[in-house]
Amino acid sequence: MKAYNNHKSIAALLNRSNVDTDQIIPKQFLKRVERSGFGVHLFHDWRYNDDASDNMDFELNKPAFKGAKILVAGDNFGCGSSREHAPWAIEDYGFNTIISTSYADIFFNNCFKNGILAIVVNKDVLTKLMAEISADEGTKFAVDLENQTITTENGTAINFDIDPFRKNNLLKGLDDIGMTLQQSDKIDLFESKQKQQLPWLWKTA
Amino acid sequence: MKKTMYEKIWDAHLVHEEAGHAPLLYIDRHLMHEVTSPQAFENMALSGRKVRNKHSILATMDHCVPTKNRNLPIADPIAKKQIETMANNCSSNDLNLYDMENPNNGVIHIVVPEHGFVHPGMTVVCGDSHTATHGAFGALAFGIGTSEVEHVMITQTLPQNKSKTMKIEVTGELSPYCTAKDIALAIIGKIGTAGGTGFVAEFTGNVIRNLTMEGRMTLCNMAIEAGARAGMVAPDEKTFAYIKGKEFAPDNEDWQDAVSYWQSIISDEGAEYDETVVLAAEDIAPQVTWGTSPEQVIAINAVIPGPDSFDNEIQKQACENALAYMDLEAGTALTEINLDYVFLGSCTNGRIEDFRAAADMVKGTKVHKAVTAIAVPGSFWVKKQAEDEGLDEIFKAAGWEWREPGCSMCLAMNGDQLEDGQRCASTSNRNFEGRQGKGGRTHLVSPVMAAAAAAAGHFVDIRHKSSV
Repeated sequence: MKAYNNHKSIAALLNRSNVDTDQIIPKQFLKRVERSGFGVHLFHDWRYNDDASDNMDFELNKPAFKGAKILVAGDNFGCGSSREHAPWAIEDYGFNTIISTSYADIFFNNCFKNGILAIVVNKDVLTKLMAEISADEGTKFAVDLENQTITTENGTAINFDIDPFRKNNLLKGLDDIGMTLQQSDKIDLFESKQKQQLPWLWKTA
Repeated sequence: MKKTMYEKIWDAHLVHEEAGHAPLLYIDRHLMHEVTSPQAFENMALSGRKVRNKHSILATMDHCVPTKNRNLPIADPIAKKQIETMANNCSSNDLNLYDMENPNNGVIHIVVPEHGFVHPGMTVVCGDSHTATHGAFGALAFGIGTSEVEHVMITQTLPQNKSKTMKIEVTGELSPYCTAKDIALAIIGKIGTAGGTGFVAEFTGNVIRNLTMEGRMTLCNMAIEAGARAGMVAPDEKTFAYIKGKEFAPDNEDWQDAVSYWQSIISDEGAEYDETVVLAAEDIAPQVTWGTSPEQVIAINAVIPGPDSFDNEIQKQACENALAYMDLEAGTALTEINLDYVFLGSCTNGRIEDFRAAADMVKGTKVHKAVTAIAVPGSFWVKKQAEDEGLDEIFKAAGWEWREPGCSMCLAMNGDQLEDGQRCASTSNRNFEGRQGKGGRTHLVSPVMAAAAAAAGHFVDIRHKSSV
């Protein structure tokens, strides 16, 4: 996983609530067995017209949002399926930061496995950030993960909370599996106890 | 200290905990299908790591598989490659796979309980949000992403943060026309699709106790649509009877010890939950979704709401968008909405009980001339059982298509899908925009409601059956 670096980038606005993973990456693209190349399909059904041209009514197709790395979206972003194709598409498109009031559980976990910082802010803060983008499309936000701050071009400074474990992994680009394997002796111990206490769980082994 | 079932299962699976790290939770069972696993296998191979416990894994093929002409090669080359990749991954890692030709094949969340692979008190994961289904057995079962699939294959654990607990109590007397699906939709209507976010829900109350195992699976399956990490029902004699004698059930020698253990994981009397939600069964009518989120749901005798029916701006806007997408007008009665399609099946409602209930309603009717109705059993076992009972003949005589098992039109990955603008009464779990095909319009209902709608060509209040 790539380490997360602080950055100042265009913040794109998707002012919709309950954006589900079927919209983020529709099912027809889930048949691929690769992990890359999903960015071009991000928000496919909203983003393209039937003739495959860009739907210019779709928020993210606005020229002012071109090159945005920050996505600001409504409540309960990423609800629905467990498909990790959703954060793969978001990351491949170019976003590395999402700001919303809430996320669906599995989607939220998946983001942090893919170097995406999903920031939770309260309703008032989200409304303020959305208003700043609406007033000046193409405006940039600076995100500082180490200090847990978002700063806008208007000078609005916001502190956000993040789980220290997730923060550390993002900053260092750490491989979760490698870290867990450092606890192998404890997993061995757990299993040997379980084999004694609940032996039927192991009879099909 | 008094503990909930979730807390007991959590404590029993905690491998390691230290400051600055997420607690490491042991995972007993890992379910797999073709869509969310290939990238995990590829990464594992690249890293030179191996599957830790092969016996913990059960795999199937369900999302991409055709539900007709199964004897022919899959026409879609990308789907074909995904199916072949699954077969190769399972064979090279020596994993138990119910492939397309296997008589045990079917939708993962239907197949797994059929073989007794999940027991009370287990931790169970799958790269699939509807893993919540297995909470019906008193297991902690939740969906994970592909990175986590790889993590579990290699380490048999997951770093997890502890969820809050929510008790959802349903008491009273349920109308005979209402099912577990209606309970699930009514709960989602009440608390919203994010109402359960951050929580593990435990369903309690006499109405839940009275549900069959199939009904409990339907209910827990939909817990994810309320945003909950998992849904659970305490195991009881019904649970034990369901598991006993199945392929992966504890054998006679261990049976009593297993039952004692299962009884010990039930929530303590007086254990505290972070939140409690109470529903009266008498208030639950057959439910129909009208919008593009499962929380946009109303009783069959209600009319389609308009933006003015909602207090907050976000819900007003969501209502407006949903009405436009669904091509509906506020104030319309559900019974006036004409249908093009009816889908009976999915991991929510693809079990034998669902086909029996629907067949009862279908018997002696004909599918409306404007409607295409497909019945897709959740597994070959369900299909065979239904055929042994003659249910297939009832469906076919009424003009339904009787298909091979698979996820089919629940998510429309396999080619079974709606055309742009078509409207479907569906027993599946999501009514998102385009879920059943781009431009398709989905109304979630129970199997009996779907069956009645297929004959009438529109929704029917089955509590007044004379109108069918």
